[in-house]
Amino acid sequence: MPDTDKIVEFRGVGYTIGDAKILDDLNFAISKGEVLVLLGESGCGKTTTLKLINRLIEPTRGEILVDGRSTMDWDAIALRRHIGYVLQDGGLFPHFTVAENIALVLRLENWDAVRKQKRTDEMLNLVGLDPAKFAARFPHELSGGQRQRVGVARALASDPELLLLDEPFGALDAITRTNLQKEFAGLVREIGKTAVFVTHDLHEAMLLGTRIALMDKGTILLNDSPENFKRSDLPLARAYLETVML
Amino acid sequence: MSFFDFLKQNWPELLTLTREHIFLVFLSTGAAIVIGVPLGILLTRIKSLQTPILGFANIMQTVPSLALFGLLIPIPFIGGIGARTAIIALALYALLPVIRNTVSGILGIDPKIREAAVAMGMTDWQRLKMVELPLAMPVMLTGIRIAVVISVGVATVAAAVGAGGLGTYIFRGLRQNDNNLLLAGALASASLALLCDFALGQFEKSYEIGVRQSSQRKFLMLCVSSLLVIIIAAGSISNFKSEILNSEIVTESRRIVVGSKDFTESIVLAEILAQMLEEKGVAVTRQFELGGNLAHESLLSKQIDVYPEYTGTAYTAILKHQPITDPQAVYDQTKNEYAEKFKLTVSPPLGFSNDFAILVRGDIARKNTLKTISDAAPMARDWQAGFGQDFMSRADGYAGFTKTYGFNFTKQPREMDLSLTYRALQSGELDIIAGNSTDGLIAALDLCQLADDKHYFPPYQAVFIARQDVAETLNDTFEKLKNAISTDEMRRLNYEVDGNKRTPKDVAAEWLRKIKLAN
Repeated sequence: MPDTDKIVEFRGVGYTIGDAKILDDLNFAISKGEVLVLLGESGCGKTTTLKLINRLIEPTRGEILVDGRSTMDWDAIALRRHIGYVLQDGGLFPHFTVAENIALVLRLENWDAVRKQKRTDEMLNLVGLDPAKFAARFPHELSGGQRQRVGVARALASDPELLLLDEPFGALDAITRTNLQKEFAGLVREIGKTAVFVTHDLHEAMLLGTRIALMDKGTILLNDSPENFKRSDLPLARAYLETVML
Repeated sequence: MSFFDFLKQNWPELLTLTREHIFLVFLSTGAAIVIGVPLGILLTRIKSLQTPILGFANIMQTVPSLALFGLLIPIPFIGGIGARTAIIALALYALLPVIRNTVSGILGIDPKIREAAVAMGMTDWQRLKMVELPLAMPVMLTGIRIAVVISVGVATVAAAVGAGGLGTYIFRGLRQNDNNLLLAGALASASLALLCDFALGQFEKSYEIGVRQSSQRKFLMLCVSSLLVIIIAAGSISNFKSEILNSEIVTESRRIVVGSKDFTESIVLAEILAQMLEEKGVAVTRQFELGGNLAHESLLSKQIDVYPEYTGTAYTAILKHQPITDPQAVYDQTKNEYAEKFKLTVSPPLGFSNDFAILVRGDIARKNTLKTISDAAPMARDWQAGFGQDFMSRADGYAGFTKTYGFNFTKQPREMDLSLTYRALQSGELDIIAGNSTDGLIAALDLCQLADDKHYFPPYQAVFIARQDVAETLNDTFEKLKNAISTDEMRRLNYEVDGNKRTPKDVAAEWLRKIKLAN
């Protein structure tokens, strides 16, 4: 019997492109309700790790279990619809209105119009946007922060158990970013989702994560709670902590 | 005649030609879209196909249009004469912009958007339909707009393979030295191109990302596009009808398809034959104005039944013999070999011959008392000569001509369209040309024909060439036309069309009435 508490589990996962080793022997699990932050610099493999979970890329070694089943045994389409995904700057479809963007997965799953509309309004309210004002707008008519809110609303619309976020707040200005981080932290606690969050910002990691995995050169150096991260002696962890102390 | 009078008189024909033109453009671009868009999508999925397929489309577009038409004619099923060939050639032209813009439209989409589409759990088909095609649409529409505008232009050349369209006016205008025809054809096709460009441009704008169309603009769009659709539909339907009728007709044994080459005399002769046949109750289809060797090819491929030809042309250009100067020998040998080689019948001579005529301006001839070609040869050193493509390449043409008469041009002769050489001679840009002895323009433009005193040019007696299986229907008419038209008479008939701007149909009918009165 698979361990029902484990939403995601990496077993000896490696990923290489030609001779280049991107990821090397990853072994970790994410339990229900956890927010795991993958922290590291550009090129450390954190985004690759994230994309392995919803099979945007496939592992060259080992396997990833989602809900106790290897991603390669899942139907890729079903797997992806089962997992929410938030990209940097929202990754919204420019030719869809806000409402159409949010309802996209619902449309793919053939929800009827009334339910779709109700759910879309709910989601907009959840991320703090007034449906009457925003539903009919196009992405280019929104600010960066608003686009990011819509991106989150879209990922949550089909009520997935697991949420993947790829540096969602990376492209925002400092004040907007801080506000959204706080709001998102509250939101995650409120709705109790399991999430994997990629960032290079320790402050963000501390604020949002229940656990922080520090990555470097395709391996995980440390995988612990924010409290324990603060006490770590690892040189890279210390270097990160210094950025927050400033 | 002023241009407006011309339009007043000819607008029904101009409208028909415009409709034919639209029909050609609509069907060919339609075909290019139906083939090009899926092909373009395929290229975005299988990248290794990009180089060969885009390369092919690229080459297609660099082939000169007239050459492409020429290459298609002998190919069975897709070739031949008429609208079908033209549509295929035009579609090949339109293919490149459609494919290329489909590919670059789809590949130009932000990779993040594509990643989002995959991550949301879209299937490949859903991604294409919901994300890639809508986002690539403005670029694809630009490609289609380019294709349409190119097709409107290239379709004018389609008249050369008997496909009709506005090129008919342009070719006819060049041939008859008629600015009204040229202007009408050129203006109409240019306006058509601009109109298509504008309408598709509007359509394109409405597809720009995130555009909410105001009701006013939507209304305008609706008006423009529905107008266009109505014109196109009307054009297509009526053309389809005639196409379908035509195809039935050819299989019907009683109906005779009369062809002609693409110059006035050939059209007038064909018209005379057609009217005589109609007189005796034979149904006739006219397939006129076939360029180059098309008439002969069409006869062989059974697309026409009969057309006017010249013994000299048949003897040298088609049978590929060295030119000889005895008219009877040329006629007899042509008749025998045509029967043997092609199963074609040659009618008795019509009574005149249309030989190459070496022409100079009248004032020059009078000033220097030039009568024969030999008179002109010594003073022609600094003359600018200009000849039709035909004359330059034929066995009985340029090379032997200069040798026989000892011409020694210091300037390279211009090789150009035959009908344009008349204009250029009149305006003084050329000093000597090779025209046709029965050409009505010789008198009209005050040109002087120099006598062929060394008898270099072989005789070009006018005859009809017919397929043997329809000869029975035609023989008595051929007998009636035997020696019925003198050279002067033919020159006069040609001038009625070229100089007095009357239709070949009227001129032929008038001549037939006159003949009847004389009998």
